[in-house]
Amino acid sequence: MSPVIAVENLSKKYIIGHKKQERYTALRDVLANGAKRFTYKLTHPLAGPQNDSEHEEFWALKNVSFDIQQGDRVGIIGRNGAGKSTLLKILSRITEPTSGRVSIKGRVASLLEVGTGFHPELTGRENIFLNGAILGMRKVEIKKNFDEIVAFAEVDRFLDTPVKRYSSGMYVRLAFAVAAHLDPEILIVDEVLAVGDAQFQKKCLGKMEEVGKEGRTVLFVSHNMAMISNLCQKGIFLEGGKISLQGEASQAIQKYYQSANEKSEVHNRGIGSEAVELLSVELVGLSGALETTIHDKLTIRMKYKIKKAIDARCVPNFHFFAPDGSYIFVSVANEISKLPPGVYQADCRVPGGLLNEGTYFVGVAITSYFDSGTYDVEFFDRNALMFNIIDPMDARSNRYGYAGPVPGVLRPKLDWQISRRDE
Amino acid sequence: MDNQSVLVIEAGRAEGHYWKDLWRYRELFYFLAWRDILVRYKQTVIGLAWALIRPFLTMVVFVVVFGKLAKLPSEGVPYPILVFAALLPWQFFANAFTEAGNSLISNANMISKVYFPRLVVPTSAVIVSFVDFLISGIILVGLMLWYGFAPDWRIFTLPLFIFIAFAAAMGAGLWTAALNVKYRDFRYIIPFVVQFGLYVSPVGFSSTIVPEQWRLLYSINPMVGVIDGFRWAILGGTTKLYWPGFMFSLFLVLVMLVTGIIYFRKTEKTFADVI
Repeated sequence: MSPVIAVENLSKKYIIGHKKQERYTALRDVLANGAKRFTYKLTHPLAGPQNDSEHEEFWALKNVSFDIQQGDRVGIIGRNGAGKSTLLKILSRITEPTSGRVSIKGRVASLLEVGTGFHPELTGRENIFLNGAILGMRKVEIKKNFDEIVAFAEVDRFLDTPVKRYSSGMYVRLAFAVAAHLDPEILIVDEVLAVGDAQFQKKCLGKMEEVGKEGRTVLFVSHNMAMISNLCQKGIFLEGGKISLQGEASQAIQKYYQSANEKSEVHNRGIGSEAVELLSVELVGLSGALETTIHDKLTIRMKYKIKKAIDARCVPNFHFFAPDGSYIFVSVANEISKLPPGVYQADCRVPGGLLNEGTYFVGVAITSYFDSGTYDVEFFDRNALMFNIIDPMDARSNRYGYAGPVPGVLRPKLDWQISRRDE
Repeated sequence: MDNQSVLVIEAGRAEGHYWKDLWRYRELFYFLAWRDILVRYKQTVIGLAWALIRPFLTMVVFVVVFGKLAKLPSEGVPYPILVFAALLPWQFFANAFTEAGNSLISNANMISKVYFPRLVVPTSAVIVSFVDFLISGIILVGLMLWYGFAPDWRIFTLPLFIFIAFAAAMGAGLWTAALNVKYRDFRYIIPFVVQFGLYVSPVGFSSTIVPEQWRLLYSINPMVGVIDGFRWAILGGTTKLYWPGFMFSLFLVLVMLVTGIIYFRKTEKTFADVI
């Protein structure tokens, strides 16, 4: 069967100006540059064309090729600037590639931003129609789906209120609801679910999963690896405008974390507040496969810098997530006192015999607690680390020959006492 | 699934499906225009009445300045009707040109996040101005009733001139909209052109006061042809149309429209990158 999306040697070049910040050109500059070039030619009649050092080429995508089959749910991952958004923009026909070719079979709906074209002055009802039309729906289709959209967004009481009076949650719900009812053959979703509360995120993911199950194709970009691993079976990992890996979603996610670790164990991503900055996170002693066994302990190390004296206790805390994005637990450092500025290292040891086999995601955060009882989150990197736990199936695994999966997120080694009691 | 049309995206591809897409998105013309009209009069007290008040007051000023103070000839019709027959197309053009010229910038967010034929945006802006045009047409009807002025058969040719006004507004609007995306200078050029145009177009006075030998040159301003056409159709009777000038204006309007569409289509693909 031929692929629904076939991408061949796709490249996209941007010209970035170094001199000024505006993306648009002012006529003044065009005329001035023209005059400059003209006088240059007059004064240097034999010289070649002037080297344009103010502008530089930037390849957001370079020779990217891949195929996507019908019904695939594909996660596209990569660091900031890896070309994810550019790729989606080309696939949704917002911008044109510099070279290469894409062929797409079927109707595409892309949701690169929630609520594009929403007008704050218009009511919820009016915006459903407007937004639907912008996304390419017919009026009759919108009418047909209207009740469903309203029910999904849970805004029925506020249908005739201007959306400028909506809470941000309601706004996002309504916007997603419209897009989710597009009934496209191919759904392209950029990082839009980061907004909205956990319950709604779950609902959206459920909807997208449903779309995928109906044999439609979903392309999903997110920084939330847990979401990707939950929703997608296939993955594409982009790095510097090129495809670094295409395969199973789990492989792509693994690659994502490996690339972060390879570059340096210190991967400063500039996350932090004025007071505290995240320097690095590391799984101490883990090999490139980011794998450990259910029996071994695992040390998670975070280096951070307190940049200025603050009158609060800066407490590291690590958040553990299951692949479906659900929380397993949070572990908060104990016995932290007020610390002077400096670089610190927090080691958290997860004991062996606690977690089950599987993939886990770790978010790292620092929260400062003030004496007044209030607190500030200095930073929270939800996708800091990932690791896999495997079962070596040795005697310690208590499997007694059973080779199938053991259900549950946790598989703690508890104390068992068996004693004979036949009297 | 297999019999579906395949969409191919390639660099510099002349899309044959563009016009088909434009047809598919035809409802968007209506929705965008509907949005702008709806939004315009939200949180206003007198709402739609603004569409009547503005042209009416402009007309009063013109009648006082050109008719009463300067005592310019009125071609044998009440001066307010003479002025309003010209003010209608002029305001339509001025509004449509301004709105269309700024339309892409004010919808920048949509353009960088969703695909649709971009031609929809400036066209909807022109449609909005057309609705205003129809509303202010009520004033003309009112004036005619007030002065007991009956138009003759020529009024039935009015749609033709409306069409020309539409083409002029579209042509100019497409050019500026596309240029505005890249060169924001047009944000300042547009109001200037509109202000300037009001004085060089025969809105407050009849173009018959322009000496015969200059009239062809005067018709370089395409709105001269449009306004003369409107007066010819509405005022009827003795009003004469200066045909060479009118044909020249008409020709310029068509050139502007065709080149406008071509230029717009050519630059359209880069809008999302530079806006």
